[in-house]
Amino acid sequence: MKEKHVLVVFPHPDDEAFGVSGTLAQHIENGTPVTYACLTLGEMGRNMGAPPFANRETLPLIRKKELEEACKVIGIHDLRLLGYRDKTVEFEDEELLADRIGEIVAETNPSLVITFYPGYSVHPDHDACGAAVIRALKRLPKDKRPTVHCVAFAKNCEQDLGKPDVIRDVSPVIEKKLAAIQAHRSQTEGLMKAAKKRGGDALEWLKTERFWTYKWED
Amino acid sequence: MQPIDVREVQAAISRFANQDVYIHLETTNGAYASHHNEGFFSAGAYIRNALIRFSRGRITGNGPYRVGLKLDFGWVYAEGLTHWEITEKGQLLLAGHDYEGRLAVALQLSHEPF
Repeated sequence: MKEKHVLVVFPHPDDEAFGVSGTLAQHIENGTPVTYACLTLGEMGRNMGAPPFANRETLPLIRKKELEEACKVIGIHDLRLLGYRDKTVEFEDEELLADRIGEIVAETNPSLVITFYPGYSVHPDHDACGAAVIRALKRLPKDKRPTVHCVAFAKNCEQDLGKPDVIRDVSPVIEKKLAAIQAHRSQTEGLMKAAKKRGGDALEWLKTERFWTYKWED
Repeated sequence: MQPIDVREVQAAISRFANQDVYIHLETTNGAYASHHNEGFFSAGAYIRNALIRFSRGRITGNGPYRVGLKLDFGWVYAEGLTHWEITEKGQLLLAGHDYEGRLAVALQLSHEPF
């Protein structure tokens, strides 16, 4: 199905790369505009490059440029940097955070929203981000809410949520996806080198992207 | 960043003594430590732009290094430090990178807020 507009909300530069960049590239090739709202600049990342070329103070600017490059290769023209700080999203005022996301939803009127599944996404920023998106969308009448596709990777996600109901083969755009991952050089260079060294099908998992459609309780 | 040179770092620390300075202090195992290894107990803390004043600051150890800053009513301490840098703004950045090059600890001093 062709979407009208896709809104992606994640907390860290590179969250989009591994899990959803293939899906985004396919939507864009299909003529659907994509807006990406990224909550932080990943200021507190531990990866500084392999070997390290960033430090705690240069990392945000480096990651901002990496994010812009990743958006370029995926084809995203509308990137919103929301200016929160890495590892602090869960401590923000939930209503105010939902207000910010709600403004972008109102402006872009997406038919599909992609975010993390709250409670099943391991990193506290991921869970807080997903929860804020759900909170923002819950303010809309149920029949006006866009579809929400969630990324989840907690150990218990299949046990609690069942199997992901949206499975996309992104092998036709795998080159774009790999380029997006590589654009986040400070975070992914070590990982990609290790994967290349292992060889074989070490990168095979990247060809499939999995989502759980969020089920509204009310 | 450069591998720590104890004499140079000691001199840099001493230049921040006896005045109000902003500190960034952080330890981290990363947000995925317990996800990748369920037996791993992840803990960490950070403080950014707290204003402190220390009368004595020392770097010790044979690498990785330890730094202690003696405050009027307390202490600041970090261990596992391996690298350092002075930024264009004159900030002292100290960091400890693990065997894979990931940041595990940071201790930074600045005359202006970070």
